[in-house]
Amino acid sequence: MPLDASYVGRSFPATPPYVVSREKIREFADAIGAVDAVHRDPAAARALGHPDVIAPPTFPIVLTAATLDQLIDDPGLGLDFHRVVHGDQRFSYVRPVYAGDELTCVCTVAEISERAGAGFLTTRTEVRCGDDLVVTATARLVVRAEAAA
Amino acid sequence: MTESTAVLAAQTFRVTRADLVRYAGASGDFNPIHWSDRVATGVGLPGVIAHGMLTMALAGRAVTAWAGGDPSAIVEFSVRFARPVVVPDDDEGAELVVTGTVRSVDDDGCAQVDITAVCDGERVLAQARARVRAAALT
Repeated sequence: MPLDASYVGRSFPATPPYVVSREKIREFADAIGAVDAVHRDPAAARALGHPDVIAPPTFPIVLTAATLDQLIDDPGLGLDFHRVVHGDQRFSYVRPVYAGDELTCVCTVAEISERAGAGFLTTRTEVRCGDDLVVTATARLVVRAEAAA
Repeated sequence: MTESTAVLAAQTFRVTRADLVRYAGASGDFNPIHWSDRVATGVGLPGVIAHGMLTMALAGRAVTAWAGGDPSAIVEFSVRFARPVVVPDDDEGAELVVTGTVRSVDDDGCAQVDITAVCDGERVLAQARARVRAAALT
């Protein structure tokens, strides 16, 4: 089933608030081997002008995973998870993610196209703390062509 | 805008199967192509591959190192996942070498950094770029 191009411009409901803890930031930093004090030591982070420890730059992907579920669970869009490959990823930061942030994501379908049987879906997800934009995550998903029957 | 060709110090990272398991847990991405050879080869991959977002995270560590250890200097960060990073089931794992070049410094004080990430002689990221506050770059 091809992607339904009428979804372009459509936004999904905001995801439930995700409360970012110091422990989750440290766990994620450990998993990528980021040893910098700014991820681990609140005093070191404050010395650099941050209110608390900050998350590594790609941490927002943990939150935006919930928006991928929204896309997959929407029967009308036609996104077959088993054929999806992550093509591109971009983050535009207003500020870093801080421990203590309560973040919600609103995912908008920005672009849908098709080429040589493969589908391309670009989503733009705004991550906000209250009303304030923190980071915008743009992902391009490639839906591989179905094997010929 | 000021043109530049300043080269940033290469950063080398090693990725083992254990790292993939740990990243899966921390990120919540449990796709079996990142831990099961059976599933990975079943979908036509040479074997278990690293999460693309782990590769991007390691490139992010390189940019963070270039920015003096504080990633808040990164204003924008983007990559295209060009090739999978195949991670063998041994103690060595895969080696990723990340290099950067400052392409230009914009009038707003942000440097455009072009990033290359190489594994086994192949570029695994394409169009990988970061915009970084130039004052932070070391």
